[in-house]
Amino acid sequence: MINKELARRLYRDDDRLEPGAEVQRQITLPWAQAARISYRNVTMRLGRAMITGAGVVLGIAFLCSVWTAKVAQEGIARFEATSATYVGGEEAALAPGAEEAEAEAKARAARQAWLVVMSLLVSAVGITNSMLMSVTERFREIGTMKCLGALDEFIVRLFLIESAVLGMLGSVVGAILGHLIMLVVYITKERGVAAMMDWGQMVTYILIALGIGTVLSLFAAVPPAVRAARMPPAAALSTEI
Amino acid sequence: MARIECPKCHHVIDTPGIVTVCPECGADLRGTMDELAHRREKMRDVAHDDSVTTHEFIVRTKELEKIYVMGEVEVPALRGVEINIRRGEYLSIMGPSGSGKSTLFNMVGGLDKPTKGTCFIEEVDMAQLDAFELAWLRCRKIGYIFQTFNLIPVMTALENVTLPMIFAGMSSDEMMERGAMLLDLVGLGERLHHKPYELSGGQQQRVAVARALANAPAIILADEPTGNLDLHTGKEIIDLLKELNEESGVTVISATHDLKMIDVSDRVVHIRDGQVERIENRADIDLDVGSLGGETEPGE
Repeated sequence: MINKELARRLYRDDDRLEPGAEVQRQITLPWAQAARISYRNVTMRLGRAMITGAGVVLGIAFLCSVWTAKVAQEGIARFEATSATYVGGEEAALAPGAEEAEAEAKARAARQAWLVVMSLLVSAVGITNSMLMSVTERFREIGTMKCLGALDEFIVRLFLIESAVLGMLGSVVGAILGHLIMLVVYITKERGVAAMMDWGQMVTYILIALGIGTVLSLFAAVPPAVRAARMPPAAALSTEI
Repeated sequence: MARIECPKCHHVIDTPGIVTVCPECGADLRGTMDELAHRREKMRDVAHDDSVTTHEFIVRTKELEKIYVMGEVEVPALRGVEINIRRGEYLSIMGPSGSGKSTLFNMVGGLDKPTKGTCFIEEVDMAQLDAFELAWLRCRKIGYIFQTFNLIPVMTALENVTLPMIFAGMSSDEMMERGAMLLDLVGLGERLHHKPYELSGGQQQRVAVARALANAPAIILADEPTGNLDLHTGKEIIDLLKELNEESGVTVISATHDLKMIDVSDRVVHIRDGQVERIENRADIDLDVGSLGGETEPGE
């Protein structure tokens, strides 16, 4: 029934196993291939990916909204300061209560920073949890890959890339979302705020936010990835024991 | 009987004796005949020389024992199993659930280490291998087939088949070509880019067979390959495995409940209670095999 010629041609048994011989014993997972596989895993499991990604989106959205507010407020303050000096605002700068106002502002900034850090931590925990569920669901797949010759580090690599990809995409969405929402809020308060903002600084902040989101996702994926790597290949078999 | 190809006109000649001149183009074939004789001489030497790498027993177990420790309780799964499997053999391991069949399978396939005793694959002690070498073994020496097919659901048939080739470091072009040929071999040449959910159970198992052959392994390990298939499809897969075993000489070791497998096996190892109960040779089994609907008896 099968093409006998083809069967014979495709079969060649010339590799001998010698323990310790390193030269030709090659097991690799090229980064390009790992990236391709991880990308496919993300896009094909979009629902699960979105739940994992939601954590990043929300955390980074919050971060970006806080930073947008900061840049907007600074822009407004600069604008008012310049118009105040024009009118004669040096006295205003030395007005009593300015110091208290400054201390108040510092306290507020600290509280805000605390809030942002907490929200990012919550995001990270969400990512870890979601990825852990994903790993547990895919135990058979992981076991199979090990039977096909995957080293433990390949499995870790695949999950870390997956998480990094999710982190990047989620950060982009979150950054845009958080930034735009806060921008709109400020525009309604102060029409021309867009012109007052230091856009150079804003863009820098956004890029930093993207970086933070990606790195966060990467670190959050380490416990699940390590767990995946430890799965025994026998998990691929249908019967246990 | 010798088959030689004329180096000049590529005319193929089958001859019982010696041919000195090509009947087609008249070229001198003595050199080619010498080469053939020399090659045959070498193969004969190799077959008789035990120290050379064509091992007689591709898998050998010695006093294999496995005890699973579950908390306080010790469960002995294997109590001293000794089997020797020859290269090119088609061996079935049969036994009821809990007999140690799966544990033995794990040992032979390098998926688990024994508590006592040794398992040799091509005379190499499995327990001596590090993680890297074990991965190499699973990648290149052994091809696995599972009851639940275990194809990666997000990848197409071709991508599934080429996955072991990626680990083996094959180039992209070579991978795709070989993958397509393997899928053609198992009869799925038209479905290279179908994902597993677009394939029937039998087709998925065929992809799994093609995948098992990805790096031309010496051994195919099949864990209940027909467990999730209906009677007819199961028979197709068994026939496919037998044909591959006959044509390419790959050793097939199958753990199974399926009695249809007995008919194609060279030997059947019966396991019970962690020990080998008996080993049957196909020649000794007197089977009257019935036919499935649509098949014809030989001679009809």
